[in-house]
Amino acid sequence: MESMTVKQSIGKILCCECGTPIDPNPSNQCIGCIRTKVDITEDIPKSAPLCFCRGCERYLDPPSCWLKAALESRELLRLCLKKVKGLNQVRLVNAGFLWTEEHSKRIKVKLTVEKEIHSGAVLQQQFVIEFIIQHQLCDECHRVEAKDYWNSLIQLRQKTDHKRTFYYLEQLIAKHRVHTQTSNIKAAHGGMDFYFGSEQASNKMLDFLTSVVPCKWTKSKKLKSHDIHSNTYNYKITYSVEIVPICKDSVVCLPAKLSHQLGGISQLCIVLRVTNNIFLIDPSTAQVAEVSNALYWRSPFNAVCSSKKLTEFIVIDINEADVKHFKGQGQVSKKHKVVELWVQRAEELGVGNPVFCLSHLGNVVRHGDSVLGYDLKNSNVNDSNMEKLPDLPDVIIVKKIFGDRATRNRKRKWKLRHLGIDDDISSQNRDYIDFLEDLEEDPTIRANINIYRNEDKV
Amino acid sequence: MAIRCQFEGSNEIGVFTKLTNSYCLVGIGGTQNFYSTFEEQLGEVIPVVHASIAGCRIVGTLVAGNRHGLLVPNSTTDAELQSLRDHLPDKVKVQRIEERLSALGNVITCNDYVALVHPDIDQETEELIRDVLQLEDVFRHTVANNVLVGSYSVLTNQGGIVHPSTSIQEQEELCGLLQVPLVAGTVNRGSNGVSAGLVVNDWAAFVGLETTATELNVIESIFKISDTPHSAITTTMRDVLVDSLT
Repeated sequence: MESMTVKQSIGKILCCECGTPIDPNPSNQCIGCIRTKVDITEDIPKSAPLCFCRGCERYLDPPSCWLKAALESRELLRLCLKKVKGLNQVRLVNAGFLWTEEHSKRIKVKLTVEKEIHSGAVLQQQFVIEFIIQHQLCDECHRVEAKDYWNSLIQLRQKTDHKRTFYYLEQLIAKHRVHTQTSNIKAAHGGMDFYFGSEQASNKMLDFLTSVVPCKWTKSKKLKSHDIHSNTYNYKITYSVEIVPICKDSVVCLPAKLSHQLGGISQLCIVLRVTNNIFLIDPSTAQVAEVSNALYWRSPFNAVCSSKKLTEFIVIDINEADVKHFKGQGQVSKKHKVVELWVQRAEELGVGNPVFCLSHLGNVVRHGDSVLGYDLKNSNVNDSNMEKLPDLPDVIIVKKIFGDRATRNRKRKWKLRHLGIDDDISSQNRDYIDFLEDLEEDPTIRANINIYRNEDKV
Repeated sequence: MAIRCQFEGSNEIGVFTKLTNSYCLVGIGGTQNFYSTFEEQLGEVIPVVHASIAGCRIVGTLVAGNRHGLLVPNSTTDAELQSLRDHLPDKVKVQRIEERLSALGNVITCNDYVALVHPDIDQETEELIRDVLQLEDVFRHTVANNVLVGSYSVLTNQGGIVHPSTSIQEQEELCGLLQVPLVAGTVNRGSNGVSAGLVVNDWAAFVGLETTATELNVIESIFKISDTPHSAITTTMRDVLVDSLT
């Protein structure tokens, strides 16, 4: 027997409200009639405020989180939907932004929702919610806006006549992003001030500073307010951080006791490099020594001559030097070679007499090279350690001059990032140029910081 | 003209009322309004009887009947049965039937000639229905996949209304079986339970208060209820025509 299947087709019925022929549905009304009677979005407010911080361009994610969100981004949509009340009564099908002019301070979100209405019919409805952007300063920006609203402060100081250490520190801070928690950074005389919203953040900065530069610090607090009932105290905390007043290329005169301690290094030394320790070299023997932060503050010494007083000399003659070593002597540098030099001041060339000196630069200097050094004979030094020395060299040669400053500066194909603390970073700023030259000449310092290609020069 | 009314706040008047061409049963309500509506419309022609079945007033759901007879469920008490027999015209046979599906109004829908019944109804019950109601045919069938044919269809000698999602094929099949025009429709503003919202016989119709004008139009046109006199072909000649067709 042949089986016959009859295709079932649903007949039309009349909508019970308006009489239009429709397919049967649970409410037996046409969509139009249902729409006019039922509004599933009536419990959902059609506008809502959205808090926005103008300072940092972030939106408030209640209760206290601030979020960065671009216009028409997923994050912003999430934030907007979170603000819509009564959305849990319906099922959200779709949501998207309608374009609005950015300056209108209005964000429009188009939502499609579904809800089961009486007798099991599911109604879908589209509607638009308008979000009004209200300005509200976030806590961080509020602190910054309120100028001196800070909880803790780090006063970083170095008693020198130049700012090279701070340029170096700026690069380190930028590389390790320690400045992100500061509410303000100000340049002050002889150093910088870092302002923080919380003590925790300033401690973090303090740890960083002590790990990268030799320094000591003291803490002081000032009582701002005091609640006797809950026994809470509100302080403003100030850290005074002092960096050792010694820089690369300075000449120092060590106390006799310390020079003994460092393996019989001579008391007059050149500072080779300052990281978190101080590295010294004796120009007459090429003996090196490392002075740790703690050791320095136990027996402090000052720079006899700093890099501002360097004068240019011309090498007249070079002779091999006979360096005597002794038992119990500290480490001697293999990179340097001690030579006897006859040098003459560049401005007195052909006029005065050559001066004799010992130098550790034997590997790099040749006849006729320009070198930088200190003319101890013609300088007036006030240093208690130095006064006790029986005989002083006339000249101490510190480093060789590699090319003309202006040419080198012009040809420099790299640059550094700046935090905008000190705006005086121009080609006229001698300290800054010196710092850049130091970076070029010393790979160990260069290794610690980030260097960027200068697209203008390449 | 169909009348809109309400039984004590409920629009499901079909639950409380049974209307045929020869009598009308009305559930015993707290107020007289509902009864009065029926009495006013029908009282001159047919008896309108207060009734209860097993102490319940949902007589429309529990009984099935037509001009010739009335079927009441097993739970009907003897006093109620006696009362019905006393009030109904003598030619109406009242029969109590032993049937597991005791809500007879939900499982049987009939006019004076044919009936649709629930597919699972007893064979003996089917015989009784045929005999008591003096039917030509009894069909075991469903309406829009619902076995409760009595709830989802209403039938008179003029026409019938069925569940709104009844397919066209099924409607045609039912038309063929019942020999009356059928329409899919709703009552009480989109309700599917047509027999609950509508009581009708060959000349009068009562609907729930919620019923809209559109629904009323459908009901009036399919059951040929109107104030204008009927043409001869739909009234007097109809029996002849139906006889010749079968």
